[in-house]
Amino acid sequence: MPTGREAGDTIPASQDTQQGSTSTEVREEAKSVEFTYRGIFQKTLAANLCKHVVMATLKRNWLGSTIQRYSDSPERNGIPAKQFAVIAPDTEILEGHMAKYEPSELDVITVLDDTMSDGIECWAWYGRQPINVRLRRGGTLLIISNRSHEELLEVIPQKPWDWTLALLPGTPSMGGLWVYRDDGTDMRVLGAMAKARPDVLELSEVQAVVRDDEQLGEKYLDALQSGFDEVQAREIKAGEGKVDDYEPVVLPGWKEMREAIIVPAVKVGEKNPYYKTSSDRTMRPVVNFDTCIKCRQCWIDCPDECFDITEEALHPVNYSYCTGCGICANVCPVEDCIVMVNDLEFVAEGDKDVFPMWKDDSAAYHEWRDEKIEKGRIDHAAHFNADVWAK
Amino acid sequence: MTDTQSRPEAHQEQKLMTGTEAVAQAVRLADVDVMSAYPIRPYDGVMQAVAKLIANGELDAEFIVAEGEHSQFEICKHASAVGSRVFVGSSGVGWMYAMESNAVTPSLRLPVVAMIGNRALDDPGAFGVEHNDALCVRDLGWQLNWVEDAQECFDVTLMAYRVGEDSRVSFPVGICVDGAFITHSQTLIDIPDQESVDRFLPPYDLGDRILHPDNPISIAPQANEDWVMEIRKQTDAAAHRVKDVIREAHSDFKEIFGRGGDNPFYEEYMTEDADYILFGMGSLSLPAKVMVRRLRDQGEKVGFVRLKWFRPFPDAELAEILTRFKAIGVIDRDYSYGSPKQGGVLFTDLRAALYDLEQRPKLVNFIGGLGGRELTPEMMDQMADITKRAAAGEDVQTVTWIGVRE
Repeated sequence: MPTGREAGDTIPASQDTQQGSTSTEVREEAKSVEFTYRGIFQKTLAANLCKHVVMATLKRNWLGSTIQRYSDSPERNGIPAKQFAVIAPDTEILEGHMAKYEPSELDVITVLDDTMSDGIECWAWYGRQPINVRLRRGGTLLIISNRSHEELLEVIPQKPWDWTLALLPGTPSMGGLWVYRDDGTDMRVLGAMAKARPDVLELSEVQAVVRDDEQLGEKYLDALQSGFDEVQAREIKAGEGKVDDYEPVVLPGWKEMREAIIVPAVKVGEKNPYYKTSSDRTMRPVVNFDTCIKCRQCWIDCPDECFDITEEALHPVNYSYCTGCGICANVCPVEDCIVMVNDLEFVAEGDKDVFPMWKDDSAAYHEWRDEKIEKGRIDHAAHFNADVWAK
Repeated sequence: MTDTQSRPEAHQEQKLMTGTEAVAQAVRLADVDVMSAYPIRPYDGVMQAVAKLIANGELDAEFIVAEGEHSQFEICKHASAVGSRVFVGSSGVGWMYAMESNAVTPSLRLPVVAMIGNRALDDPGAFGVEHNDALCVRDLGWQLNWVEDAQECFDVTLMAYRVGEDSRVSFPVGICVDGAFITHSQTLIDIPDQESVDRFLPPYDLGDRILHPDNPISIAPQANEDWVMEIRKQTDAAAHRVKDVIREAHSDFKEIFGRGGDNPFYEEYMTEDADYILFGMGSLSLPAKVMVRRLRDQGEKVGFVRLKWFRPFPDAELAEILTRFKAIGVIDRDYSYGSPKQGGVLFTDLRAALYDLEQRPKLVNFIGGLGGRELTPEMMDQMADITKRAAAGEDVQTVTWIGVRE
């Protein structure tokens, strides 16, 4: 919430933490863990993770509580959202971290879907915030991903101090959601965290939680161990990573705002410059402008009005507003004219319009498009929940 | 623990849950018969939690999803009249949509228990906490308790049935729960067993007021000026009896469950030798207590008092303890446009309650945390500083908005 300081601004050393200490230096102080997840799909997973962190901390006679970032809208498919677990050695310290909108600094930020590595936009208006914006000095960013540290550092901003990037191999999980079976992802994440940050969570503590819970059996212990064994943590030096170009949103004061809750409307043909929905996206449509039959079905059915119309009557996608829902690919009557591709294949392109590339040199465009499809084509059923028990 | 304090008798189990899940656990142990529901954030967590309890076979109750809040509250009102223990709730404008039902329920003296997940009233469409939604019924006979955390969500829900259903009272009770900070945060709470809850909470019994074919009565006929005033006077007389019933319930609750604090109406925090205090309701007590501890370390004689029951307003009880302070900073998570001094609702009521004192503390008012904005310990420092200056006789502004962008 943008109060006191502007949203997402460089976070000053918090009064909640021991003055000047880094995330790992002092064990006996409160620790905050963030789970960044995709709305609906991973809500249960994030909630389970938070709960397990708190239950594990009881094993060291600490206390804990959890916070959902309330301006997120996790009831909406795919929207990035955050839930936090805060643990502390006693009630008084814990109370200092409760009744908060979100923790000011995170010792561990866990990302349950690596397509959010390039930053996320909250349902509230903070602009597109870097994934590690509130990481505490010396903190750990833990991502479930099959990509390399180098690939991810192309989209994750640098910090003025050293921090740790820990990768747990895997694809986004919807474990525990409705009919989706629990796939052990929560245990693998806790195992990974125990390896990377024993000051926050020790393996034996989580093992004790599993043994105490009648609903959790031996295979949970195996999944826990596999996360512990498979995580790859690497120290990231100050200045390593993408240039941080995040500009905090500056909100107006009450005297500057128009009275009576009036905001200027978006004019016909224009798009809202303040709220872009592209971080909701895990995959994006790529269009074959040569096989397009100009039926306009994509333009009609797109719920976010992303499709433009060119003078050739073709429909390029305005990716800033595309949530990656895939409706266009479903309604397109031409086979493979619109193909959904993993969004992390487009690190270099970002949300840039690719139609001029096709106009300049259609052969080069096709070569580019085919390569993207080959590397990142999303077959829904196979992409989600592909993790298997204790793989 | 002092010698005079008895050990809790009840067997209790510790669980991690949100405020709304804690309310649902109390609904289960109170063995509620009818719940009607209509979704709105932040109340809706309780509707999911109770639905799950019913689906799991842990609670046997009618669960009726209405087509809007007006019907939702009417359903529970009628179910209460035929002898069912009921649970209902809403938030913000949903609660306002049920207002006609909310107005008639206390007149009919039906002990409906509602959870109000406090939420800003539209417009603008916002779902963060503000207390104005629940405060809209403050004059109508609803008994209103503001809780501090998930544990109190559980405890006060049981208290609500015990107090509301007492034949001396027979009023609806609203459990006011700060949206997000309590409804969407999980903490560890103690849940007692059924046996101890049964000892605290007798079965719902409307006696000869039950609407049943064996007891032919008609409820809520049309009445004109020759009847209405006497009906209002009955309600007023009942409202006078509520405090004693709360005292009894608090005493029994403490004996059985070992919780509830020293006083049923308010909580004093580090006030013994305080010169000045802050005063407020709900989850803002957490940053307020952090502030008090921090400033105490620096030698400041500051304390905090948290009001639990807003209706009935404990006027005499508060006057007795507050007279000793030089200044009180009242924090309102609400607004009351055009009110005396243009202060908040809590400030205005507290000023009225202290008016007859010979030695009146100086009162200042802070309006903050609106629409879900966080009230930080640093904002509390700012409020403490203004209150301290008022205590020293400095001429400070009576009402200050805290944390608003200029």
